[in-house]
Amino acid sequence: MSNLKKRKRVEARLKIYGVASITVALLMLATLLISISLNGYSAFRQAYFKISIPVDMSQFATENGSLSSKKLNLYDWDGLVNQSFNSIFPDITKRNDKRKLFQIISSNSGYDLKQIVKNSEYSIGQKNMVVWLPLSDDADQYLKGRFNIKVPEEDRRLNDKQIIWIDTLVAKDIAKLKFNKTFFTAADSREPESAGILGAVVGSSLTLFVTILFALPLAVMASIYLEYFARPGRITDFIEVNINNLAAVPSIVFGLLGLSVFLSTFGLPRSAPLVGGLVLGLMTLPTIIIASRTSIRSIPPSIREAALGLGASQLQTALHHVLPLATPGILTGTIIGMARALGETAPLLMIGMVAFIMEVPNSFTSASTVMPVQIFMWSDSAERAFYERSSLAILFLVGFLIFMNLIAVILRKKFEKKW
Amino acid sequence: MSIKFKAEKVDVFYNEKQAINNISLNIEKNMITALIGPSGCGKSTFLRCLNRMNDVIDSCKITGNILLDNEDIYGPNIDPVDLRARVGMVFQKPNPFPKTIFENIAYGPRIHGLASNNKELREIVFNSLEKAGLIDEVKDRLDDQATGLSGGQQQRVCIARAIAVSPEVILMDEPCSALDPIATAKIEELMNEISQSYTIVIVTHSMQQAARVSKKTAFFHLGELIEYGDTDKIFTKPKNQKTLDYITGRFG
Ligand SMILES: Nc1ncnc2c1ncn2[C@@H]1O[C@H](COP(=O)(O)OP(=O)(O)OP(=O)(O)O)[C@@H](O)[C@H]1O
Ligand SMILES: [Mg+2]
Repeated sequence: MSNLKKRKRVEARLKIYGVASITVALLMLATLLISISLNGYSAFRQAYFKISIPVDMSQFATENGSLSSKKLNLYDWDGLVNQSFNSIFPDITKRNDKRKLFQIISSNSGYDLKQIVKNSEYSIGQKNMVVWLPLSDDADQYLKGRFNIKVPEEDRRLNDKQIIWIDTLVAKDIAKLKFNKTFFTAADSREPESAGILGAVVGSSLTLFVTILFALPLAVMASIYLEYFARPGRITDFIEVNINNLAAVPSIVFGLLGLSVFLSTFGLPRSAPLVGGLVLGLMTLPTIIIASRTSIRSIPPSIREAALGLGASQLQTALHHVLPLATPGILTGTIIGMARALGETAPLLMIGMVAFIMEVPNSFTSASTVMPVQIFMWSDSAERAFYERSSLAILFLVGFLIFMNLIAVILRKKFEKKW
Repeated sequence: MSIKFKAEKVDVFYNEKQAINNISLNIEKNMITALIGPSGCGKSTFLRCLNRMNDVIDSCKITGNILLDNEDIYGPNIDPVDLRARVGMVFQKPNPFPKTIFENIAYGPRIHGLASNNKELREIVFNSLEKAGLIDEVKDRLDDQATGLSGGQQQRVCIARAIAVSPEVILMDEPCSALDPIATAKIEELMNEISQSYTIVIVTHSMQQAARVSKKTAFFHLGELIEYGDTDKIFTKPKNQKTLDYITGRFG
């Protein structure tokens, strides 16, 4: 009787420990996500100012009446924006003050204006346009209440005058926070207000595509060979031990390998998703092989015997019966491998994917970066505005991971067979 | 009576361990032959030699000759894949594929190209189910999972699956050991019906079953063939003392 009581007490205690550890784990996860969200949510918006710009569009017209991009490119847009902005504050005339004034708008606003003109349907006859252009990252942080005015003026990135100007703009209702579309449509930039995550998202997608295309077929074929065709012996044992060892090799070693083999020997382009994908593919290969073999081995031998007994060849048995049944397990292994590859930076640093790239990559060989590297570079920047962008990028990365896992779950459900 | 299988001086080793010792045995055509004997005496091993299912076991070595229609099945001209289409097998535990009933039976004909169109394939499937005595029970649920059937029904699906590739021989390794008496009776009846057109070799632990269904019986003991002859003789007047002891249940 007392034995039973004791057992129940032990069980109850174990249960409490279990619940407690789950709670702690969940709390940590929640803390992480909440703190990142709090840091990152403000990057959804960016400070813009409204400006009316006098520009005679007819000067960009070609003979047949369309816009000439050559003429557009040659025009001094920065000067135009500065001049127009200056006209909001007509009493600022001293050179030094002007320079300070232009610091509160984005130094890329001339370029942005040109893009707006190129991509919109301003007609040739137009003489004036009203647009929203980004303020500088410091003004942006000030509008978001993230600027500490108590710091002595000479240590601040915005001096008292600049703050008064910004306040004036806000009071006139021509400066405000708007949805930060740039973040979702641009690649990296030196200026936080022009920097976006799209380049890294596309880079990561291209890289992972190469990774999966390279690693999955190889891993599946290797597993089938090892499980069904390899005769047990020294060589098979050797292969097996080495696959297990490879799974534990630090990822930077794969980066070194990629550097010396893919870049030096084969001369593939640096910083390219193709090379990054191959390196990450090599890295995830052992993980997928191990998962696939476990999954293939867990298929009851009776299924294999049934197929062989009907006169199916080994290959038919593997393709028609074993692989479909092993698919859920193989997929799980693949997704775990892919998730690791998605978050990996070290090997990519070795093959130059840490470069500063301002264009969204458009092919497997164009220079690009990936999400974790982008996060790493942004969080390393001095600007406060990059900090919030790197937090938002982390949320994106986590979202990407959740999306991948979701796909895995759906595929697994689809392929799962009831016995 | 013509001879289907002729085994001559067959030895089988698993690594160093000998499982079959110098067995010579003739199996006759279109007849049911039973293999009996105590557990571990090598019945399954011998049966699996007949369609080279032992090839997949790396440690298994076979010497001696096994002739199917006077051709050595371990000879260089025989492809084990073709051989297994000619010599089908039903296993101890029902092992349908985790697919529909239709797909289970259609799989063999499909990989061997026995049907040129869907209509012919359906015909083969229906005929096989008919022969396996299952058609009435499953004809409305051919698209259900075979694994959802009862054990006895599953085993008959496996038999239908084996029949569907029109083998010449069907090997059965304790096909009824997982079944209740009624399902067993159905399968025995089925074996009787198809024995006119198929050579059947059955391993069984049930003396009664061997006596009921088979024409010939072989008694194995510790890897050796102790006695082989007409079932009536073996069960009424065995020549060997060991056989007598076994069939009267004095050891096993
Ligand atoms: N894959 C294998 N590897 C090693 N030894 C094996 C293997 N299969 C069978 N044996 C051995 O070979 C001998 C004969 O086995 P077998 O399965 O043929 O016996 P059986 O007569 O079918 O027995 P049962 O009636 O219990 O099924 C046994 O001693 C067994 O341990
Ligand atoms: Mg057996």
